Amino acid sequence: MKIGVVVFPGSNCDHDAYYALRHEIGVETVFLFHKEHDLRDVDAIVLPGGFSYGDYLRCGAIARFSPIMREVVRFSQSGGPVIGICNGFQILCEAGLLPGALLRNRGLRFISKHIHIRVINNRTIFTGELAAGEVLRIPIAHGEGNYYADPEVLHELNAEGRIVFQYCDAAGNVTDGANPNGSQFNIAGIVNGKGNVLGMMPHPERACSPLLGSTDGLGIFRSIVRSLEIVAA
Amino acid sequence: MIYNAQVNVMLRPAILDVQGKTVENSLHSHGHANVGHVRIGKHVTFEIEAASMEEAEAIAREVSRDVLSNPVMENFDVTVSEAAVEEAR
Repeated sequence: MKIGVVVFPGSNCDHDAYYALRHEIGVETVFLFHKEHDLRDVDAIVLPGGFSYGDYLRCGAIARFSPIMREVVRFSQSGGPVIGICNGFQILCEAGLLPGALLRNRGLRFISKHIHIRVINNRTIFTGELAAGEVLRIPIAHGEGNYYADPEVLHELNAEGRIVFQYCDAAGNVTDGANPNGSQFNIAGIVNGKGNVLGMMPHPERACSPLLGSTDGLGIFRSIVRSLEIVAA
Repeated sequence: MIYNAQVNVMLRPAILDVQGKTVENSLHSHGHANVGHVRIGKHVTFEIEAASMEEAEAIAREVSRDVLSNPVMENFDVTVSEAAVEEAR
């Protein structure tokens, strides 16, 4: 089993993702450079956080056109698991692999802090090792994380169980007060219709070691690995 | 033939423009109570080499739709004009 972490110019959570996967989870992990056309036979792909291409034009707008993304789109269309974290989520939306867009935080400020998210759907390949309703304490670090989609899209996401994580308080209550950025429906993470592409603003790779103050992100990567093991078996 | 394109990209009216709102609030606190509905967008200019005005406009619209704007959150308008000879060089 092998997981690829894409490196765009301006990615800055690529090494965190690599470290979490390689050293905390213990799975073979490789970097995939944005200019490459070869996915090197990986079984899952991480689009990491950061500021790809300096956030020029719009967050994630330029990364969408990089050579590796053509392969990532093809990989996802054939059912391969793709997780986009923070800037990775923004790229997935720009690439049309996930619906909606991420707007400027409603409070305008860049927010970097630990928040709580509630696992809404644990029947995805990204959350299978978590309990429904489980509350994870994971950091966010973004200026544009305010999830927006048209009402019909929101209705569809909700009806199809594609809202995977919602911002909540420490007790798991999904309230406006616990919404850090103004996201509609407190959305912190969604999946595509096929369920093989997840985008989330919080950073699970920054919550994989007691040294970093939380290990709540491990369950997400464990879930991906577990689902790949099941497929391989 | 060289054409000049000017594109304005603005957040869709339904979307709260927090940046515009903040500027509006600061204008109010500077005594400009009569200023309202501030919206902030992007202005992009570029040149197009095309055989006709129609072709240049079509290219400008395609570029604006596919790259310069994100239809989920933004609208755009395009103005294309013939470049003056000196400018075209």
